[in-house]
Amino acid sequence: MKQKKIVLWIMVCMVMFISGTIAFSQEPAPIPPSEPEEAEVPPSVDPDVPSNVTAKDTPNDDGTSITVTWDIPPEDSGVVGYKILRNTNGGDFEEIGEQLTPLDTYDKREKINKYKDSKIVKDTSHAYIVRAIGANTTAESQQTAAVMAKAQWFHTGEIPLFISMLIFCAAIVGNVYYAKGGKDIFVRRIPGLEAVDEAIGRATEMGRSILYSTGLGGVSDVATIASMTILGQVARRTADYETPLRVPCKDPIVMNVLREMVKSSYLDEGRPDIYNEDNIFFITESQFAYAAGVDGIMLREKPAAIFLQGTFYAESLILAETGNSIGAIQIAGTDSEHQLPFFIAACDYTLIGEELYAASTYLSREPMLLGSLRGQDLGKLLIFVTMIAGVVLELIGINWITTLLQRVS
Amino acid sequence: MKRLIPLVLCFIFGIVMIATQFSPHPISKRVYEEVVNGALIISPFALVLATVTLIQTHATRILRRSDHWQYSFVVFAGLITMVVIGVPFGPKNTVFEWLYNNVQVPMDATMFSLLAFFIASAAYRAFRARTTEATLLLVTALIVMLGNVPVGNLVWNKLMSWTPWVDQASAAREWILYNPNLSARRGIILGVSLGVISQSVRIILGIERSYLGGGD
Repeated sequence: MKQKKIVLWIMVCMVMFISGTIAFSQEPAPIPPSEPEEAEVPPSVDPDVPSNVTAKDTPNDDGTSITVTWDIPPEDSGVVGYKILRNTNGGDFEEIGEQLTPLDTYDKREKINKYKDSKIVKDTSHAYIVRAIGANTTAESQQTAAVMAKAQWFHTGEIPLFISMLIFCAAIVGNVYYAKGGKDIFVRRIPGLEAVDEAIGRATEMGRSILYSTGLGGVSDVATIASMTILGQVARRTADYETPLRVPCKDPIVMNVLREMVKSSYLDEGRPDIYNEDNIFFITESQFAYAAGVDGIMLREKPAAIFLQGTFYAESLILAETGNSIGAIQIAGTDSEHQLPFFIAACDYTLIGEELYAASTYLSREPMLLGSLRGQDLGKLLIFVTMIAGVVLELIGINWITTLLQRVS
Repeated sequence: MKRLIPLVLCFIFGIVMIATQFSPHPISKRVYEEVVNGALIISPFALVLATVTLIQTHATRILRRSDHWQYSFVVFAGLITMVVIGVPFGPKNTVFEWLYNNVQVPMDATMFSLLAFFIASAAYRAFRARTTEATLLLVTALIVMLGNVPVGNLVWNKLMSWTPWVDQASAAREWILYNPNLSARRGIILGVSLGVISQSVRIILGIERSYLGGGD
């Protein structure tokens, strides 16, 4: 086992050393020559007439714009800029917007000139003319057919994302049914959650309270909801052990939901008599005032166990270090990746990212929830396989996965 | 019944809100805005309840003479002062603004500045080189620190004079931040994102319902 670990460390060091050597030995990339901002045009050249000018309703929008496109002229066309003219319901043409440079209208992706008119009149048809501007003269295109903008009900660019979402949801629902069928589902050991009983037991033995913070998130934050479900499980155990559970809140709506949840847990355990509504209380909506309030409770009441679960920002370390200073056993969990190092440094156990969302499942062991967890892992596996396949295909010059992922993003 | 109605509402609104993300139509945008604005209506009622709770909590502390109960008077003083000035004269009132800028903001800044000391104590514990992992963390932290501070390159060059990596303190820092660090962060973000979707699906489909509290 120890040998394996040493080999693993040697491999990690070698990979880092080689990558570092390669990274530092690379010469800085040559700076590409900057494009001239404006082409030098001989004064005598007249600009070419813009060709293939079309106007179309902009796809996948809310019906508030029309897109005009035209071909890129040859380099010696003498064009230094463009002006767009528009008419409304067959009326006179008028200039819209400022003069555009060829760089403004150039669409790198489609290699075409493009102008998006976002100031159209609703439910009205518009026709367009593109005026090419030369050094001394101008040239106008023919007018386009009249177009009316329409709003779309479905964004076709989101189809890959929509399909991915359906696959992921299907994996979760499918696994829920799989679990309902009585199949055994393995869940890896999460030390932070196994320590929940230890923390509550310790508080009970010491005759001290347990402090639970759901962080700064509102009720619409998924991390806060995940934290609430963990609290429900913790409350069941504190009801069993008759250990006081203190929950300072930053959000009044969260406070009310938590009261209902904790009350429900105490009822489920047959101990409504020891439920005390006053133990779940509002402190303030101000971030650092909340931190000061919770720190004050820690220092005065010296809880034996502290749970910091949910969304946290800069106050994470202030809370965790104060908890550490009073010697409480601390179990933290957050999806804020910037705060994770602080929790890892200051707390006894930390639920990293997705473990927070798996916590209620882990603690309750409900088959349906376990099934959804398995579905989530399958989704992760699918993404992992896609990433590996994408890298391999990209290395051999096939880039459709990269293109697809770029479209999704 | 007490649980069924919220579950049905949650399902309908969940599906509708997902659908709005895939539709650019103005009606879809309108529905999204209306639902979000509608949810905000709950806040003022909840805030009233929260204020009552705050008063109850601190009144109880004073009545029971709990530890440091005297500070609860400060809470009442602050609450009454801000209500007396803020409610009739509004948040743009000079005195109200002065109290905010000269009392609340400095107190917030004081709490925030404590972070510097807490970072030092947490870093001391995290970087004690007692295990291989902690040693690696310490070395990495040192490199990043050298890449960040103005004298870092001088120290780095003294340490690395025997290697081909002279004058590379900030390059080393960037490599650590943008390769191993960013990879780990993205891994966490990916897991979190899938966790969020999974949790949302569980809530929308009514599989996860513990947040609804008790009652049938």
